[in-house]
Amino acid sequence: MTATDLAYYSLVAVYSAMAIYTISFVAYALDLAKRSGDAQLAAKAATAPAAVGAEAQGAGAERVVTASAGGRTVVLDRTATAAGGADAPRASSSGRRPSRFERVATSMLVLGLVVHVVSVVFRGLAAGRVPWANMFEFSLTGTAIIVGVFLVVRVFVDVSYLGAYVTGLNLILLAIGTVNYYVAVVPLQPALQSAWLVIHVLVAIIGTGFFAIAAGLSAAQLVQTKRDQAKLANLRFMDTLPEADRLEDLAYRVALVGFVLWTFTLIAGAVWAERAWGRYWGWDTKEVWTFIIWVLYAGYIHARATRGWRGARSSWLSIIGFAAVMFNFSVVNVFFKGLHAYSGL
Amino acid sequence: MARSSDRTAPGLRRDPAGQHRTAEQGPPPQGTAAGLTADDETDVTGDPLRPSDHVDGVAAPAPGGGGDGVTQPRLGPIGYLRFFWRQLTSMKTALFLLMLLAVAAIPGSLVPQRTSDPNGVVQYRTEHPDLFPVLDKIGVFDTYASPWFSAVYLLLFISLIGCIVPRTKHHFEALRARPPKTPARLSRLAGYRSVTIAGGAEGSGLDPASAVAAARAQLRRAGYRTEVFGDSVSAERGYARETGNLVFHSALVGVLLTVGIGGGLGYTGQRVVVEGQTFTNALVAYDSFNPGRWFSDSQLSPYSLTLDRFTTKYEEKNRDAIGQPLDYTADVTARTQDGDSSQQTIKVNSPLAIGGSNVYLLGNGYAMDLTVTAPDGTEPFTDTIPFLPQNADLMSQGVVKVPDGLAEQIGMIGFFYPSAVDTEDGSGIMASSYPDLLNPVLSLNVYEGDLGLDDGVPQSVYSLTTDGMTEIAGAAADDGTKALKLTPGETADLPGGLGTVTFNGVKRFASLDVHHDPAQLWVLGFAGLTFAGLLTALFVPRRRVWVKASTTDDGLRLEYAGLARGEDPTLVRAVGDVASRHLTTMGVPADVARDLAREDSASTSNDTPTGPARRGRKISS
Ligand code: HEM
Repeated sequence: MTATDLAYYSLVAVYSAMAIYTISFVAYALDLAKRSGDAQLAAKAATAPAAVGAEAQGAGAERVVTASAGGRTVVLDRTATAAGGADAPRASSSGRRPSRFERVATSMLVLGLVVHVVSVVFRGLAAGRVPWANMFEFSLTGTAIIVGVFLVVRVFVDVSYLGAYVTGLNLILLAIGTVNYYVAVVPLQPALQSAWLVIHVLVAIIGTGFFAIAAGLSAAQLVQTKRDQAKLANLRFMDTLPEADRLEDLAYRVALVGFVLWTFTLIAGAVWAERAWGRYWGWDTKEVWTFIIWVLYAGYIHARATRGWRGARSSWLSIIGFAAVMFNFSVVNVFFKGLHAYSGL
Repeated sequence: MARSSDRTAPGLRRDPAGQHRTAEQGPPPQGTAAGLTADDETDVTGDPLRPSDHVDGVAAPAPGGGGDGVTQPRLGPIGYLRFFWRQLTSMKTALFLLMLLAVAAIPGSLVPQRTSDPNGVVQYRTEHPDLFPVLDKIGVFDTYASPWFSAVYLLLFISLIGCIVPRTKHHFEALRARPPKTPARLSRLAGYRSVTIAGGAEGSGLDPASAVAAARAQLRRAGYRTEVFGDSVSAERGYARETGNLVFHSALVGVLLTVGIGGGLGYTGQRVVVEGQTFTNALVAYDSFNPGRWFSDSQLSPYSLTLDRFTTKYEEKNRDAIGQPLDYTADVTARTQDGDSSQQTIKVNSPLAIGGSNVYLLGNGYAMDLTVTAPDGTEPFTDTIPFLPQNADLMSQGVVKVPDGLAEQIGMIGFFYPSAVDTEDGSGIMASSYPDLLNPVLSLNVYEGDLGLDDGVPQSVYSLTTDGMTEIAGAAADDGTKALKLTPGETADLPGGLGTVTFNGVKRFASLDVHHDPAQLWVLGFAGLTFAGLLTALFVPRRRVWVKASTTDDGLRLEYAGLARGEDPTLVRAVGDVASRHLTTMGVPADVARDLAREDSASTSNDTPTGPARRGRKISS
């Protein structure tokens, strides 16, 4: 296959991936709708005497004979009575079995990612280098990584309620990237011929993936907080999401990973700038925005640690931070002048 | 428990007895740690390593010892100073200044900056003649050196230092301190579980003392610092978290200092070198030079570089990228002070280190080798003039000035087309279609009159002020004389019998940046420390774990519990692991031990314990 063929198949693959993602998006949306119904049922069931999940709360006083081994009985007397009242998970958030929609959505997402990765690989093969040297390629690879990060995070914690957000965001970015930013494969200009292109940009993209997930969790937390204040009573499906505190903790942890990666991006960028442009820091537009994003997330971390700022206020910072990341990628790349003129447009 | 209470919380108060009470938490959850002594409580409620308005911090009394926000009438100047210092070094101030820094950095990205884009600033002035003076007054064209931007980051760093110093002191004390006494009641703490092993004849090892000894040994091996209190062991680990945090914040100060010092001691200079020319590292040899504040000439180590050859490679095959540069290589001969000479290459992304400075290849273009001959055969001008590239196909523009030796002063504005093509719109205007020398053509517009060189106003070698001059060849020439068109080797007559001009040939030039920054490696070192500190601060958990043993009627009772200090999502699991391993040591079959220690058998069922068990500060009497 020639490079042109490869680039062509890469495009075919990316359009196919978009189609599959669309199915996934719809299924995730249906899942959210179904969650509304589930939540209603759960609410009904909870009014019945044997409340859902109540048995878990009673463990405090129970004595569980766990084993009798070697003539010796070992007894788990009790665990703390801490879990109770407001700390109990919401009606059906933990232990909720994934709905059929969700399972379809996730399978489609995985399938979409496979096709998407094929597209990325083909693009890389066509170009004979890493496929993230202009805006189209950055969008292409970046969206694949966002999905990847989402699926990885999902392995550790159930964040499937973010599926609609992730697939939606992904479709938008991918569509803009492919339709508006597409450029044919061209070789690297001398300034980009560096191992730092591989490291600096890749780490930046992965960091962006984590920020994206964190922003989604923060947004969910804000909605949940509003619901707790009884301002958004009708978003029933939110009952099936973890409570606001838990969402906040998750958002924070995911954002931290993003922040570490972003710090690395910043340092690696400075090292590269020294090699390529003769100075490690020159307040180039792109450098400025990378710095602003870094400071915003440092602010977020401090906000989380500041009395009176934990909760909704700090979450806004996480969302503003991600908005700045998107701004940096789109507006700054296309409309601002600077040395980072790699959009290829 | 909803955190919303935090928002309105008046904060911790110190009551006259000097004990902390968690006023912010509202009514305590029933059955709270009644067993905690006042000491325990202080210990779990607040963390003295943190600023007072940190969520885990110990609240500081307001000036005069009253409650927060209560202004005391009698407050000495020292008291006020202390109060303001505490304000400056609080989390809220740090947060505010960080946000301010982010916002203050924005204007500099919206308008061109003098340091990075001087031409952009000039252009901005032309495009926005009304707005420009206003913006210039407030310094947005030098945002990052402006007083307001500097004020923000300097305040932030003062705040930072004010924050680091006391915390470092505290941390050194904490490093020497022993783990705190075991709380009387562990059951409200995170990951709590209690296991009774029945039986236990004398000598079977199932007595509290040996259980505690085993737990201690095990925790020690796991990196905990331990202390035995009666039939319990108290263990703490993760001091590296705070160390990392302090290293991180201190290294930030290091970065700022070394950046400042490097900028002050170093210099940057630019020089355009044509093939065959030699550049000597001396002040006069630079086209432009920006010394740091503390720079002295003696820092310029006298080396020289001769540009032997400049090679370019352009894309020829890929239809979408014809003419795109693929490679630039400058072959130079470098001579150091002691006479050593060596062949070197400089490429983009691969500068040459020489004489304590780095030489970067940042630009290139074509230079015209021209000779102007007077009618009497003298040559008032013969030189190689670099032309500045105007676009990707290297259409280049330059200026030739001949002040003496001809009947009139002459200025020429030249346009060079490395691969000239006719634009075919009938205007006769040319363009370049490819950056390499496929069909080089030089076109010269000739002006006669006063070059203005005697006014003493410095002039750029790249521009010609045509105000006092008449165009005698070119589009605006009165008599319709066309611009002179030359290919290499050709000679053309200047209008009016002034003489001739010969285009001897084209050479390439390289534009070199010389940069000396003695602190650069230090900056990198501190940046590395920042990163290492960050990783440690964020991912090393800091926690306490207790194992308590007692004899009951049923047998040996073992209790396990933990307490997070700061974010610690894996605490419950960790307590479980401690329990499981310890139970195994105590003779419980491994699978049973694992079962007993499973996370869901612990105090909270999700992996982030929330509520009272999670944060010590939520426990009160
Ligand atoms: C140049 C400005 C600053 C930057 C860029 C910055 C950045 C950061 C970052 C990235 C973290 C998270 C990593 C860690 O826990 O070590 C952090 C944490 C922290 N910073 Fe700063 N910081 C700055 C100034 C300050 C100041 C002035 C204070 C004092 C009030 C402060 C107090 C803290 C504290 C107490 C934490 C721990 C937060 C926690 O417990 O979660 N920082 N800072």
